[in-house]
Amino acid sequence: MSAEWPSRRSFLVASASALGGLVVGVRRAWPDEGRGTAPSAKDGTTFDPVQLTAFVRINPDNRVTIGARGLEIGQGVMTSLPMLIAEELDVAWSMVTVEQLGHGLEAGEGGRLRWRYGDQSAGGSTSVSDGWGDLRAAGAQGRWLLRQAAANRWGVDANVLSTREGVVRHPDGREATYGELASTASQLALPESPIPLKSPTEFRIVGTRVGTADARAIVTGRARYGIDATIPGALVAVIERCPWLDGTLRSFDDSAARAIPGVRHVVAIDGPAPGAMITHNIAAGVAVVADDTWAALRGRAALRVEWERSAWSADDSEALERAANEALSHAGTMARSDGDFAAARRSAAREHSARYTVPFLAHATMEPQNCTIALRPDGATVITSTQVPDDVNRLVSELTGLPRTAIEVQLTRAGGGFGRRLRNDFVCEAVKVAQATGKPIKLLWTREEDMTHDFYRPFGVHELRATVDAGRRVTGWSHRVAATSRKFRDPGKVRDPEWVGVCDPDAYPAGVVPNYESEVVTVPFGLPMGWWRGPLHTFGAFATESFIDELAHELGRDAVELRLELIGTASELAYRDHGGPKFEPARLAHVLREAAQRIGWGTASVAGRGKGIACHFTFGGYTAHAMEVSVARGEVTIHRCVCVTDVGQPVNLLGLEAQMMGGTIDGLSTALRLEVTVRDGRVVQRNFPSYRLMRMAQAPDVEVHVVPSTARPVGAGEMGVPSALPCLANAIYAATGKRVRRLPVGGQV
Amino acid sequence: MAIDFRLNGRAVSFAGDASMPLLWYLRDHAALTGTKFGCGVSACGACTVHVDGRASRSCSLPVRGVAGREVVTIEGLENEGTLHTVQAAWIAEDVPQCGYCQAGQIMAAVDLLRRTPNPTDAEIGAITNLCRCGTYPRIRKAIHRAADALAREGAR
Repeated sequence: MSAEWPSRRSFLVASASALGGLVVGVRRAWPDEGRGTAPSAKDGTTFDPVQLTAFVRINPDNRVTIGARGLEIGQGVMTSLPMLIAEELDVAWSMVTVEQLGHGLEAGEGGRLRWRYGDQSAGGSTSVSDGWGDLRAAGAQGRWLLRQAAANRWGVDANVLSTREGVVRHPDGREATYGELASTASQLALPESPIPLKSPTEFRIVGTRVGTADARAIVTGRARYGIDATIPGALVAVIERCPWLDGTLRSFDDSAARAIPGVRHVVAIDGPAPGAMITHNIAAGVAVVADDTWAALRGRAALRVEWERSAWSADDSEALERAANEALSHAGTMARSDGDFAAARRSAAREHSARYTVPFLAHATMEPQNCTIALRPDGATVITSTQVPDDVNRLVSELTGLPRTAIEVQLTRAGGGFGRRLRNDFVCEAVKVAQATGKPIKLLWTREEDMTHDFYRPFGVHELRATVDAGRRVTGWSHRVAATSRKFRDPGKVRDPEWVGVCDPDAYPAGVVPNYESEVVTVPFGLPMGWWRGPLHTFGAFATESFIDELAHELGRDAVELRLELIGTASELAYRDHGGPKFEPARLAHVLREAAQRIGWGTASVAGRGKGIACHFTFGGYTAHAMEVSVARGEVTIHRCVCVTDVGQPVNLLGLEAQMMGGTIDGLSTALRLEVTVRDGRVVQRNFPSYRLMRMAQAPDVEVHVVPSTARPVGAGEMGVPSALPCLANAIYAATGKRVRRLPVGGQV
Repeated sequence: MAIDFRLNGRAVSFAGDASMPLLWYLRDHAALTGTKFGCGVSACGACTVHVDGRASRSCSLPVRGVAGREVVTIEGLENEGTLHTVQAAWIAEDVPQCGYCQAGQIMAAVDLLRRTPNPTDAEIGAITNLCRCGTYPRIRKAIHRAADALAREGAR
């Protein structure tokens, strides 16, 4: 966080200073005007819209444009974040048009950088929880100004005035629309003290079902993604990257490539130094730069490249799995230790243990990575599908020496993120190619490059062990994992503990079982590691929730009842990782009970079918899944799929249900067939035929139930995934008696 | 030799490399970027367009293969500013998440409904376009909704 966060008070000021030092209140155009069409009345009169605050523009005819600050990667923030503003502004959603805001980096007082719109990144499911604070406040500021403008006009105290759907009303019947008031309102100064926000009982937009704001643009093909960017004169670049982990470029022959009509340049791109942190691009390569994509692809196919292999270039998934299983016999780094697990083992009536293996995963965003860039002596324009525009800006500044405020990062929709676009290696490549050629560049990754050069979800083997007393109560719990380190060559993770991203020391039943240990053993491997949707949780929940299911069967106990015992009855427990600082067991117990009730837990399935259940706490959200499945000829059929979630106050119920539905299907897809393997130092999976995402025919309907709540909301982008994987495995066990301890399920059933 | 065909109702002629996949012609030369690149090997369907009314994966179809034929992309589905019934159903069911695959999904659905006006879930399952966001259940609903609407339109 290198930019200064503008205070709530400064939203209005910020919007003015960004527009060339205009005095607050002077009528001014929307910063992005020129990209859209100017509003006009039916008679052809063009009105000047009034920029009320950094986020709100009001037209005289009372139409309201709200800026969407977030990066839309499919998580719905282009709709949900403007809803927060609209709620406190007190307009009807039907009055609102949403526009994507640009990257709001600007120089503030003393030249210090600040974010005009707050944090615009997308990661960790925090957009809604962040906006719950500052975006509601931004909306309330707008309402305060409009109400005060009416008070001034009528010579009354603002406190006697009410607002509703874009109209300010006096008890005596006088009223004025926001459109009538906007011009004078924009000239008022905001109070120093915070403006009170609505109570949940006053919500009219938050908690309702609102369709995707730019749905029409999407279904007509007009929505703009990074890959759709054009900059005049831009040449298309594609890169042949070293196929071996951490290899280097030895030599290349580009004579045939240069002979392809339309090929203009062939440029070598350095990769990271072998073994060094991956700070910029991910691999060495050779870029072919051409007039259009097809010429670039043909040119790349004609390259003859010799690579130098590295110390990692013999790495192999099968050897890794053996090494991880072997490593579990060694002590690792203890992440948490309560009581005395060794003593619990000595005094236990019985114990049960099992190992669970989870594979490397690729992100496989539907839109392959890309970056379009123009470098000029005095500035740069960058258009890319990213989750972190500020990092893009910083990286381009670092590589070019341009001041950060001279670099424009245009925000577009992104065709999925899932954590892949938290890294900007492709931006670095585009800069290097643009520098080498002196031309604007449109860099495109092909699917094969995307799948074989990713920052992968770690691989791990989990070993779970529980000790049980004579009364079949759990007395001790050990969760050990041998994993490829999430810290591996990641400069952003250097100072993190060894267990980051692979071990969740405060996950239930921690804090409930008196003798509890969690421990991580790192297994070296050459694949770059990254965040993958609900990272720690999609990695760990499969093991924990499968093991609890096994343990229940082993002990002859009900799987829901045992979970409730392990969740416990504390009002809250400390939780250190993202989503903390507290875990509220009752909320997890509630979603579990609700899922059980909805699937008909405890009632028999028809022959051949079985029911499974699982629950998990992810990033402050509580989710449970319950499913009924059958297996025939190796194919799993999901007959029913229930998902219950509590993410606090729902903002956009329709979008929230979509996230839980999509997250569930992502979890099922991943559990059934997805894994990345390495053979001879190269990633084996190259495209969708070998990385087999779920398709329509197998996707179940997902019965989503959202727990009503007025608790401070967390996001929803990642909470639907983790418990889906073990729930499926548990249901498969119930249907077939086959315990899946290794993902993906693949041909095991 | 130039390749002549019709694109969204207009006659076009392409004098470039006839082996160029239609996808790259559309995106790079016709400025029609609604058709998306996803895999390049006909596996994901993000690039689905209609060739003589049938859903076709444009990433693996050379331009020469559409000589003399009628190509319609997502941009050509609207009729004078009025959404196609399937597009309207997509909005009504709030299908898109990231939205990247949806142009291809819609083109596939329009073709399916032309051949199978009242499809069952199993028949909808014949659409093999990938959606990484997992919007499949809402796609199914939108196709059923569009089928109902088209039946009503046909009955009028």
